[in-house]
This record gives sequence, structure tokens and C-alpha cells, in this order.
Amino acid sequence: MPKVIYHHEDGATETVAADAGSNVMRAAVQNGVAGIVGECGGQAMCATCHVYVREAHLDSLPEIGEDEEEMLDCTAAPRDERRSRLGCQLTLGGDLEEVEVDVPATQI
Amino acid sequence: MCPRPRSERVVVIGAGHAGVQVADSLRAAGHDGPLAVVGDEPAPPYQRPPLSKEHLASTGTAMPLRAERFFRENRIELRTGVTATAIDRASRIVHLDDGGTVPYDVLVLATGAANRTPAVPGADLPGVHALRTLADADEVAAALPRARSVLVVGAGFIGLEVAAAARARGLPVTVLEAADRPLGRAVSPVMAEHLADAHRRMGTTLRLGEAVAAFTGRGVVSSVGLEYATDLVVVGIGVVARTALAAAAGLPVSDGIVVDENLRTADPAIYAVGDCASHPSAHTGTRIRLESVQNATDQARHVATAILGDSGSGPYAELPWFWSHQGPLKLQIAGVRLPDDESVPCGDPATGRFSVCCFRDGRLVAVESLNRPADHIAARRLLSAGRSPHPGQVGDPAFSLKDFARRPVAA
Repeated sequence: MPKVIYHHEDGATETVAADAGSNVMRAAVQNGVAGIVGECGGQAMCATCHVYVREAHLDSLPEIGEDEEEMLDCTAAPRDERRSRLGCQLTLGGDLEEVEVDVPATQI
Repeated sequence: MCPRPRSERVVVIGAGHAGVQVADSLRAAGHDGPLAVVGDEPAPPYQRPPLSKEHLASTGTAMPLRAERFFRENRIELRTGVTATAIDRASRIVHLDDGGTVPYDVLVLATGAANRTPAVPGADLPGVHALRTLADADEVAAALPRARSVLVVGAGFIGLEVAAAARARGLPVTVLEAADRPLGRAVSPVMAEHLADAHRRMGTTLRLGEAVAAFTGRGVVSSVGLEYATDLVVVGIGVVARTALAAAAGLPVSDGIVVDENLRTADPAIYAVGDCASHPSAHTGTRIRLESVQNATDQARHVATAILGDSGSGPYAELPWFWSHQGPLKLQIAGVRLPDDESVPCGDPATGRFSVCCFRDGRLVAVESLNRPADHIAARRLLSAGRSPHPGQVGDPAFSLKDFARRPVAA
């Protein structure tokens, strides 16, 4: 079962098991992980599921789509050119069995 | 505004995007008193936008707005499947249909809207569906795989999203629309025409200027006397704000619960937010009611601030924005367009990726973007900052909203 590890600003860590085909935003919302909002329901419309992916997993990520690229320009917390992604675009399973992300201080 | 004690009892009626966000924002801002959210649907609070999109494409489960754990850990009393039947403003008590009562110091009405029903014969026949709640969406999702064809009444956002979902399944789809173009006044004529063509290319039959006259159980008879045989009808002809509770309590209602610039009703202890609230808009200079997730959540955040007496944020003035996914069409709207506003296309509509800039008295007031998220983001930045290109500039093929938004503001 795919696994997501969320690192919060205060140093707390939450590990969530998710179904294959789910994504980093959905797994957070369904499990009550604070700091990931997903206001648009996962359609790359709102940029409220912004996460910083930890270096070790960057090679396993899907390419940044055009819509995601644009939305990343309007995240509430600063964009990191290498590590910023929208959680809703990070589908779990396949190459991404496990991923560790840092949750930004703010999404709104 | 005097700061209120953070220990007051706050009751929220409505467990949709607005109601749940009120509770979330109150706790996040340090409200410490009893907090209850009452919702009349049996399901735990869920995301509404996917219902007319992904939910129809696959038999997925509803996406929760917040996990059960969130309500527990934040000490939010969530009561689902319970309807508020009356507000006793003198005693500050809400009466519920299970016989119970809930006392409040502050009440927030987030009652949302209900689907408009066509006043024609047969509207309650089996096989005639609406689409607003999870229960509605489950019914349509279950009917789609068995349907041989689909007839949609109303070419609004919901109707066109359903049409696109049904076409994606390969079903023959006819859309009846009483007006002479889709999406009524929601988008500019240029955008409406482009979207109509795009749906026709997807294989949807658009019947404009044709309303429903009767549902027969085997299909639909239209206002021009044509009969359409179909086994699945989805009606999407708009919504009406759910104001009955407020009206019965003596609160002013006029296409929505009337609130001031801080979203407060005529009763200082009662606020209203989201689809049900008619509020003064800084963006139109008029009273408006908006039906969108952005409006629901931003108003909810504003009300939480107002309840806690942090009046530093000023009147509610968030920039409205909205999106709709219709198959491959990604429509995003920033700002509010009024019918008399000037519309100038930006980019070439023939490419299927373009925007329409809407001007009022020469100032940019809204931007509709189709498959151009960069324009949408740029528009939100420009509109929030009160910056505007000239209408003449926008028509230039070399003009780019994104570049304009990135340009430093002249000193």
C-alpha cells in the first residue's frame, strides 16, 4: 500500500497509508492531515494542496503538467523551483509507492 | 466592533463548503467555545465540485471536506441528517426536526441553495434527475451506465458538465436550453458561442431557444412541440437560495438572505455566508449572490474573523473566481462580468485556448479563460491589485495578460 509521510513546520510527522491511484492531497484530506486544504477537490484549480517534496523522491515524480506549472505560480507559501508540487497531481502507486513531503506554513 | 468572548456558543446551520469552513476558521483563529455544525444531509460533509465531473466518470466515493478526525480533534459537534426547522431569535435557540434544540450566542446560516424545478407536468417522474447533492450524483452515476441516451435540461454549468461526462461515455446527448445561447449571463457572448461550438464538436446536440414543456416518463416534450425519447433526464436550470428558515425568523430576504458588508444579517447575532447570502459587492457596486466554492470559503473565513471581533480585515471584498470543467474544456473566471460590460477577446478563439477580458467604463473587471490557466492567474493578480490594461491593448495579437501582470507597476 502506498505511503505518504507529511512533515509539518513544527517538526511533527504523520504517516498515512493510501490506496494506489489516490494522491498526496486526497490522502491528506481523507486522513485529516492539517495544512493541506484541496479546496477545488483536486482539479489543479486552487493551489491549496501545495507541498515541498523531499529530495530523495524528486526522481520518482510525474512531470509537471502545464496547468500545475501555472498554478504553482500562485501558491500562498513561496514556490521552491525544485521541490514545489501540487499534492493533487502526485498520484500514488507505480513509481511513487512512498513519498515524503514538507507541508507549507500556509495554503491560503 | 467590540471583541466577542472567544468562549461564545457558535452554531452553524449547513454543513457544506461554507459551513464547515466557518467552523474550521473559527477554531484556527482561537475560538474556544462550543461549536456545532448542523447539516440536513445524512452524509458527512463532502466536496461538491467533483459531483458533476469525476463522480459521473467513475463510481468513486465522495471526497470528504474534512476527515472525521478533524471534527473530533477540533471539538466541532457535527450533526448530520438533522434539519433546522426554526430560529427563536428572542431566546437564541435553533429548533431541529428531531425535536432537539441548540442554543447559540452567534448563529451562522450556511444553508446554501436548492435546485430550481421546472414547473411543468411530470417533473417528479422517475428518470428525471437533478444534480446538487451527493445523493443526486449517486443516482445519476448509477443511471448513466444503463442509459441509452441522455437529455439535459438547461445549458448552464451543471448541465454542460453532465453533457460532457455523458458524451465521454459515448452516449447520445441532447441539451435543451430556453435561451438563445448557453450559460445565460454567466459568460460573455464570445465565450458562450465558443463553448456551444466546442460541445457540438464533442457530439452533443444543443437545442437553443427550446424549453421543456413536459416530462412523459419516456422522454421530454419541448416548448416547440418536439418529442425527445430518452431514458435519462438531468435537469440543471439553476438554483434558488435556501432562505425559508431566515425568512420565517423575520430576517430580510431578497434573492438570498440579506447581509451587510461583514455578512451580518439584520440580527447582529446572525450571519449568513455562501450560496444563500445576498451581499453588497465591492466588485459590482450592487448586491449579489454568488454560487461558488471560492465565495463559500472566503466568506466563511471572513465571518470567522468578524465573529471574533477582529474587524481589522475591513468589509468583505475578496475577488470572486470560479471554474468549470467540461470534458477537455477548462473554463476559469476571475471577477464579475455584468451584461453591459465590454468583452474583448485576448488570444485566438480558433485555437481553443484564449481569454475574454471584460471592461466596465474602460477598466478591467473580469477575465474568462479557456484552457489558459496562466491568464487566469494573471487576471486574479491584476484584478486584486486594481490594475487594468486598456481595452485597445488587449486586442493586439501580441498582448499577453501574463506578461502584463508581470510588468512592474509604473511609479
